[in-house]
Amino acid sequence: MTVPTSPASTVELAPPVQYVLRLGDDALVLAQRLGEWSAKAPELEEDVALTNIALDLLGQARALLSHAGRLEDAGRDEDALAFLRDERDWVNVQLVEQPGGDFADTIARQLFFSAYQYELYGRLVDSVDETLAAVAAKAVKEVTYHRDHAAQWVVRLGDGTEVSHARMQAGLERMWPYVGELFVSDELERGLAGQRIAVDSAKLRAPWRQFVDDVVAEATLSITEGLWTAPGGGRRGIHTESFGYLLAEMQHLHRSYPGARW
Amino acid sequence: MTEPAAKEQARREWPLWEVFVRSKRGLSHGHVGSLHAADPEMALRMARDVYTRRQEGVSIWVVPAASITASSPDEKDPFFEPAGDKVYRHPTFYDLPEGVEHL
Repeated sequence: MTVPTSPASTVELAPPVQYVLRLGDDALVLAQRLGEWSAKAPELEEDVALTNIALDLLGQARALLSHAGRLEDAGRDEDALAFLRDERDWVNVQLVEQPGGDFADTIARQLFFSAYQYELYGRLVDSVDETLAAVAAKAVKEVTYHRDHAAQWVVRLGDGTEVSHARMQAGLERMWPYVGELFVSDELERGLAGQRIAVDSAKLRAPWRQFVDDVVAEATLSITEGLWTAPGGGRRGIHTESFGYLLAEMQHLHRSYPGARW
Repeated sequence: MTEPAAKEQARREWPLWEVFVRSKRGLSHGHVGSLHAADPEMALRMARDVYTRRQEGVSIWVVPAASITASSPDEKDPFFEPAGDKVYRHPTFYDLPEGVEHL
């Protein structure tokens, strides 16, 4: 493995590299967050379900980070990108780095994000970047299941007991401020969308909202309008407080034992 | 465990489901194991997650374990022993008459 001594900061990279890194970082960070439930989920069966979802996301991340490394062509492979970038060089949305909190927080985060990935990958299958299109074609089947899994739980908890209803509602409200960032398309993304490489995320909001509203209504819950909105900035390397701890845990082994393998 | 405590425990625990998976078209569903779930929909999804992670199947059945009536080990002898010496129940017991085709 070649590790460049001073890799460029992510926001200085060529637009296609940055774009693929954004998608890969989203998947990897959420995989890491979901992995935190391993051996701690409320039921054994749910433990396996969450871990399966985490592994699907990890698979997407590996394909995307490897592709970003090849596009960059500076000798960085998936491991270099996953384990040797500091906080400011990560370009995932802030939603995926939010701590899982209780189970309802985790499920709310998953509903919002899987519904977003569903709309995104469903359109990315037409990308002129053949690798991106292939990753999307495989991943869209996975995220269809993730979305369904989350929706089932939102309805079950929302339309369950008084306690589960209150906690699910709190989960939605805790994650909602980070939703806005999913649908902000910047110049870089719009440019790539014009070349039919990327998908303009602003266009995903309406179908996403339709799905989420239906689930939330069936769950007898509500989206509280007028909640505060997080300032965002994940795509520019701005992250929330807990993200550094997540990276420390994820990267520590590789940094302490460079090139460590199973 | 006292009786009220046992009842409380039963209420808190999800019921047990038996899982049957068909490995490919043309084969029948085979029993692969069991799991706990609150209702059939949840049981089906959990079965998918627990028992078909390595492409084991193309179809899943879940059945409430309480709905299954099983033979008892105590009845093993009267149930199964009598079949032991009935060799004429196997097709191989019979000699084929000459000239019979397509058998």
